[in-house]
Amino acid sequence: METTPQFFRHGPGPLARLMFFALLSCTLMAADLRFKYFPELRPAIAVIIYPLQKLAHFPAHIYDRVEEFFASFHLIQENNFLRQRYLTDREQLVRLQALKAENKQLRKLLGAVEQIETNTVAKAVMAEILYTPRDPFSHKTTLNKGRHHNIKKGQIVVDDKGIIGQITQVYQWVSEVTLITDKDHSVPIQIVRNSLRSVISGAGKNNELELRYLSVNTDIQENDLLVTSGIGGVYPSGIPVAKVTKIDRNPADTFARIISTPIAGVDRNRQVLILSLVPPLPNNPAETSDIEPQNH
Amino acid sequence: MNPKIIDEEKLRSNNYLGQDILAPAKNWHVFLSLTIALILNFLPLQGNFLILRPDFVAITMLFWCVNQPQRVGMSIAFCLGLMMDVNNANILGQHALAYCVIVYFALILRRRLRMFSLLQQAPQIGFILLIMQIIIVLIALLSDSNFPGWHFFLASVTGVFLWAPLSFILCIPLRPKPDPDAL
Repeated sequence: METTPQFFRHGPGPLARLMFFALLSCTLMAADLRFKYFPELRPAIAVIIYPLQKLAHFPAHIYDRVEEFFASFHLIQENNFLRQRYLTDREQLVRLQALKAENKQLRKLLGAVEQIETNTVAKAVMAEILYTPRDPFSHKTTLNKGRHHNIKKGQIVVDDKGIIGQITQVYQWVSEVTLITDKDHSVPIQIVRNSLRSVISGAGKNNELELRYLSVNTDIQENDLLVTSGIGGVYPSGIPVAKVTKIDRNPADTFARIISTPIAGVDRNRQVLILSLVPPLPNNPAETSDIEPQNH
Repeated sequence: MNPKIIDEEKLRSNNYLGQDILAPAKNWHVFLSLTIALILNFLPLQGNFLILRPDFVAITMLFWCVNQPQRVGMSIAFCLGLMMDVNNANILGQHALAYCVIVYFALILRRRLRMFSLLQQAPQIGFILLIMQIIIVLIALLSDSNFPGWHFFLASVTGVFLWAPLSFILCIPLRPKPDPDAL
């Protein structure tokens, strides 16, 4: 026996220690939820656990590799398919450009204000979802790209169908995406059918979004497509967000209860795109007064 | 005064005294077990596995607290909890508080727990794990999350089933080796 157990040195009793650590964790929780006192603490811990996470993801990584290897047998077929797809997409893109020009022309004829050149997508970074957390409270996922890959807070994450979420925490090699289903996350949207504007928020449940504060007599129907309106400058306009699935109009309430499901595979995909947007400079300084978005 | 009728059967200390006296664990042994538990907790699982996955870190910590209380204290529990919180992307301090509470329970109940065999300990450990999950749910509810549904507590049940095998594995290096030179 190399080590002798410390029989006589005990320090403070268990209850005293529990009180101390309970106080410490309550302080931390309050700081984390409300005041954001220690913004460096989380990234620091993330760096410590990164090798462990890497080890934990190793089996999945191996599995992916093996799957990739077997998938490579179908490479020729896939290549053909993608080439065809490219051609059709290309054709649509050309048509889109023609329409854009026509739209500009028509706007000029109407004397309407030229559409504000919304933030153009500078470049998209492909990322992979590393994992979704184990507990059901947080609607967040972790991507395998971080500060090292020039990912910044507030960037938008999309998949091939629509919006998935927004990057809210960037670590050295990984980053955290708050999904649009998160309760504290909202997206400015527009109904495609009648361009009614609103803001959609997560319901805190899987695959459910809520349109709050729309009055009972609002013109909205089931199966309406909701796309981003581009207002606020965070999201580019015209990306599909959700489809209305259920409307509950109770005349006793002031507001209708409108439930919709996200279009993008918020909890399904492996590969996603991180869009790097250049936020447009507001040309009217009066609009950017000192009203700060408030945490509540 | 009516003297309590004492069941002689329960008083027999053979079971208790028959237990092996474990050698004190080496530091690297504790460290390695906790690291492996953390890696197991970080495994990217999905669907039903995610619901049923027990909290390996909590169970390993409980094992050390019950069997070798000098090794794993609340400070280690607190640090491990913070790591879990960062990995899970939830409120910093949620798991830390829950882990500290279960370590406290393990410390005050450990003498009683040691009286029982591993299989009898399991349901009692299950209660401690349930307390931990209740704390986690309460903190989440206080921070405006939705109730995740009762199946969330199934992880404690799987923890009960895992207690005996996990303790057995962790005990193996601590068992006194038969001395080959002994007469």
